[in-house]
Amino acid sequence: MSTTLSDVQDGETPPINLGPSSSRLGEKAIVGWLLLCASLSVLITVGIVAALLGDTIRFFQRVPLSEFFRVGQWAPWQGDFPVFNLVMGTLNITMYALIIAIPGGLGAAIWLSEYASNRTRKIVKPVIEVLEGVPTVAYGLFALLFIAPMLKSVWPTWLPGKLGQEPELQFAGAAALVMGVMLIPTIASISEDAMRAVPSGLRQAAYGLGSTKMQVALKVVVPAALSGIVAAFVLGISRGIGETMLVLMAAGATPNASLWPNDSVLTMTAFIARTAGGDISHGSTEYYTIFAVGSVLFVMTLGMNMIADFFVRRFRETYE
Amino acid sequence: MSDAHAPLVEASATRTVPDAPLNPVIEAVDLNIYYGSFHAVYDVNLAYGKNEITAMIGPSGCGKSTVLRCLNRMNDLVASARVEGTVTYHGINIYDPKVDPIEVRRHIGMVFQKPNPFPKSIYDNVAYGPKVTGMKLESSLDEHVEWCLRKAALWDEVKDKLKESAFSLSGGQQQRLCIARAIATKPDVILMDEPCSALDPIATAAVEDLMVELRNDYTIIIVTHNMQQAARVSDRTAFFTARPDETTGNRTGLLVEFDKTTTIFSNPSDQRTEDYISGRFG
Ligand SMILES: Nc1ncnc2c1ncn2[C@@H]1O[C@H](COP(=O)(O)OP(=O)(O)OP(=O)(O)O)[C@@H](O)[C@H]1O
Ligand SMILES: [Mg+2]
Repeated sequence: MSTTLSDVQDGETPPINLGPSSSRLGEKAIVGWLLLCASLSVLITVGIVAALLGDTIRFFQRVPLSEFFRVGQWAPWQGDFPVFNLVMGTLNITMYALIIAIPGGLGAAIWLSEYASNRTRKIVKPVIEVLEGVPTVAYGLFALLFIAPMLKSVWPTWLPGKLGQEPELQFAGAAALVMGVMLIPTIASISEDAMRAVPSGLRQAAYGLGSTKMQVALKVVVPAALSGIVAAFVLGISRGIGETMLVLMAAGATPNASLWPNDSVLTMTAFIARTAGGDISHGSTEYYTIFAVGSVLFVMTLGMNMIADFFVRRFRETYE
Repeated sequence: MSDAHAPLVEASATRTVPDAPLNPVIEAVDLNIYYGSFHAVYDVNLAYGKNEITAMIGPSGCGKSTVLRCLNRMNDLVASARVEGTVTYHGINIYDPKVDPIEVRRHIGMVFQKPNPFPKSIYDNVAYGPKVTGMKLESSLDEHVEWCLRKAALWDEVKDKLKESAFSLSGGQQQRLCIARAIATKPDVILMDEPCSALDPIATAAVEDLMVELRNDYTIIIVTHNMQQAARVSDRTAFFTARPDETTGNRTGLLVEFDKTTTIFSNPSDQRTEDYISGRFG
């Protein structure tokens, strides 16, 4: 049985109009604008990938995959194209940076969220957020002019083997140390946001069971905020892998396949910046290496995000 | 919901309760509580008897929760809170500087108004307390968890899904899980702040049965807005009200009357108590 609006109205009640009172054109225009903005960012991403992909394919038409992915010395100027040493350079610096940044950032976040008084937090949090915005060239200068010479002068040369060798003027360890410090604010700030969002009822429950402050922080708050904390780590790692200026200035320029902190290394990003900034002819094989290395960088970051996503899903403790 | 709950084992009316708490576990003496400069609770003197259920009732804002939180130093977590007077637990002043509040809370557990299970599995929720307090258990942890869940009348409902998230339970089940979690550290006293206010009548009945059952082993102190609940389960009732200060207009809570529940509900000696329990409070 179907009932229309006019059936329901009998003669006595005034007619009711439930149609829209205006065409709401303004609202539609705004929604259209928002849609345009959203599609623009997707389009730009697709565009970057397409540009990268096209020139990467052109690179692999000249250089076989087996050459690119073999273990060997990176020397494009003489026709050697194994990307291995550049990847090692990136891994070297990112690894040491994270050894500093993850404990440092998480520790700072726990302190800020669970231990600091409201007054202290109101002062410290904005300072940390300002530090996140310091241009990386400033960190680069600091690493090159201050940290590298200082580390070099106090290097523990009494250590046996490779580790005991005094580094050159630019080396991985100096860049990694400063990068680690540079990443602490990012990791601390995002982790702290996630930890503060944990409902206070959970903390009260834990205190009510006789937990110490440290137990509340590590056994209740950190697990409950884990997905946010892992997101902070991933962002930190991605920033580390993608960081260019700092490593360009402080890590040296020799593409060594080395995980030693006292070696000079060339990262993927530093190679791209150097090569793109130098005078190479458009269309040469060396020119296309930029895009091939860029693609490797892209895939590594994407893989990183996917692994993190998996871990977050697997270990997340959701509270309502 | 399971229908396995026995009816109230013994109604308070038929239980013989001594006129005054014989061997009080907790005693508040001249207790004054402040939040900053605000005088929240004025001069409370109360004794909570061993293996008794004491109910604290009164209008909203009269300081019941404030008093309850003072009994296991949960108010330490509120930065502005300040306590004057003494609260003794088995004769020891828990506000003595030598006393560790963490140790106090291991003896005096707490169940909150809103069920607040940890975002962990059902099993891990119950096992949390024994793990962090480093308890020496006579049985295995598995057996202990089962014992707690049985005590909390939840075992039959969850025994097949111990590894599932506590959030998969209904609100009433979550609250019983929180009670299981509270008894897992084998406290001596359990404080409950409106434990049934978020629950339906069936879940409420289950929690009430549980309190009566737990009374044999524990001392229970409960804050409730439900006067039938106070009448049904408690042995003694403390009635609080709030009195506006002449100069500041701030409403300070105070204890009006404390007596056996049967006396409070049938023959109160203070007019304000009578007005409140007969619904003429206004
Ligand atoms: N953390 C706090 N900071 C400042 N004032 C508070 C705090 N907690 C409670 N108060 C104040 O103390 C007084 C007593 O509050 P309390 O929560 O103890 O009342 P209650 O009797 O439990 O009320 P209800 O029945 O509504 O739960 C109220 O005036 C309240 O505003
Ligand atoms: Mg309250």
